[in-house]
Amino acid sequence: MAEFFQFLMSGLTVGAVYALVALGFTLVYNASDVVNFAQGEFVMLGGMVTVFVSAMGVPLPLAALIAVIVSVAVGLLLYWLAIAPARGASAVTLIIITIGASILLRGAAQVVFDKQFHKLPAFSGDTPINLFGAAVQPQSFWVLGGTAVIVLLLYMFLERTVLGKAVLATAANRLAARLVGINITTVMALAFGGSAAIGAIAGILVTPITLTSYDVGTLLALKGFAAAMLGGMGNPLGAVAGGLLLGLLESFGAGYISSTYKDAFAFIVILIVLFAMPQGLFGRRTVERV
Amino acid sequence: MPFQLGHRAVTLLVLAAVIVLLPLLFPSSYYYRVAALVWVSAFAAIGLNVLMGQAGQVSLGHAGFFGIGAYAVAIGPKHLGVPSLAALLAGAVISAVLAFLVGRPILRLKGHYLAIATLGLGVLVAMVITTESRWTGGPDGMPVAKLALFGWRASGSDTWYWITGGMLLLGTWIALNLYETPTGRAFRALHDSEVAARVAGVDVARFKLQAFVVAAVYASLAGSMLALMNGFTNPDQAGFLHSVEMVTMVVLGGLGSVVGSIVGAAVLVTLPQVLTVFQEYENLLLGFIIIVSMIFMRDGIVPTAGKWLTRKARA
Repeated sequence: MAEFFQFLMSGLTVGAVYALVALGFTLVYNASDVVNFAQGEFVMLGGMVTVFVSAMGVPLPLAALIAVIVSVAVGLLLYWLAIAPARGASAVTLIIITIGASILLRGAAQVVFDKQFHKLPAFSGDTPINLFGAAVQPQSFWVLGGTAVIVLLLYMFLERTVLGKAVLATAANRLAARLVGINITTVMALAFGGSAAIGAIAGILVTPITLTSYDVGTLLALKGFAAAMLGGMGNPLGAVAGGLLLGLLESFGAGYISSTYKDAFAFIVILIVLFAMPQGLFGRRTVERV
Repeated sequence: MPFQLGHRAVTLLVLAAVIVLLPLLFPSSYYYRVAALVWVSAFAAIGLNVLMGQAGQVSLGHAGFFGIGAYAVAIGPKHLGVPSLAALLAGAVISAVLAFLVGRPILRLKGHYLAIATLGLGVLVAMVITTESRWTGGPDGMPVAKLALFGWRASGSDTWYWITGGMLLLGTWIALNLYETPTGRAFRALHDSEVAARVAGVDVARFKLQAFVVAAVYASLAGSMLALMNGFTNPDQAGFLHSVEMVTMVVLGGLGSVVGSIVGAAVLVTLPQVLTVFQEYENLLLGFIIIVSMIFMRDGIVPTAGKWLTRKARA
């Protein structure tokens, strides 16, 4: 039983990070129909900037804030300099542009920072907490709690504020949103900035556990994309559920079946789910009009 | 179009001329090697373009088939005593069978769902290659025996330049012909509108599957050639980044343009070679160039250049 809880907690922790990356994918996808493969780079930026700014003697909370601001700026630049000028390009062209952006950001990180792995100190110590016989790192609670707060804030923003409703309206129907006077450009910039902030926070929260380096973004983007598809592309709650599920699958698969094929379980399950439910677990069935 | 009739022949002749004349400009054997790399990559890109450009289906896991080809010629001679050439063919058959088996369920998916499913397939192949180290040497890769034919062994960059150049010509010829056959027309019909194609009596599922198998075989052969040429292979050949690189070649050169795939491959293979001058800025510049060229030439290099030329000719 202790083993079970150990796998459960580590799965949820990793899954929460996937969930945040997937949430970033979803936000940008809903606002702009762009699948942003540079999403993982925001996680990398969050971790790396915090590491290097705090190494300069800045206290950790302030360094984290700076990291979020830097990431948001990069997200907005990505939108203004690379996505907006390509308006009207095909989906695959836009995907290539975001892949180019992720290569560029990785290259920039390699120049500005370095190619080493970096660690942050755990926010509240390294003494494991005993939970049903499982030894859980306190940082896991930071990751889970942080994710819960972000999901809650995002939900309140989308449901309770006018700006949030504008985002939802744009996601539902861009033309109709424009006709009722919503500034689509603002909504898209908001989505790119917001997804960058979410990614950066994920990176800051998880770096004490998983370490960070200039090239951690690619794999995270893959997992986040997979989680978003598993939940059903475009559905924020689906993204969170997909992320957590993906983390649990990996953790239990690695624990009970084979650790070398850890990453395989996730993708096998995704293939099976997509064959059975081509719209993902929580995706809407859409009817294609001709 | 003035030379509509002989269009394919002209393309092939120009390509052959380029392959034959290019070495005149080469100051060292290093250039033979880079050019051979371009031919191999272009071969794979042309195959992927049949799937993406003609049939309109994206694959983000195509390096998986490339890896199968590469490891077939590595494992065959070393562990099973199969001659390289037979291993190359076996790799192509395995890739074709795999594409055929998984293609039908995968190709029912559309858009991003198809992208993630093919991506998953590629990741799984790469993972098997990395993990089964008893056969594959694991993450470090493994040596590949030289290609030997009737006592003659293929080695040296110039030899491989001619082998891969000849193969590219053959691959181009097949792809150009495919474009004009009823199959090619069916591919393009379902690219434009799947529903319309179905209404017109095109067996959509069957043709998608055919394009997928064709693209897989091209990738597998290219993988085998590269492994034989390098005398070495590693799991990166099957990895996600290589899949992305292949897709980028196709899109950068121009979807649906056979010549575009060759140009796209030439750009993406030579660019990093040139950029090594800038050493640590290499990735930064590579990403920048990809973004800028996709913004200003969103249809790809060759179609955009074609448009410029016709506009100039008209003016």
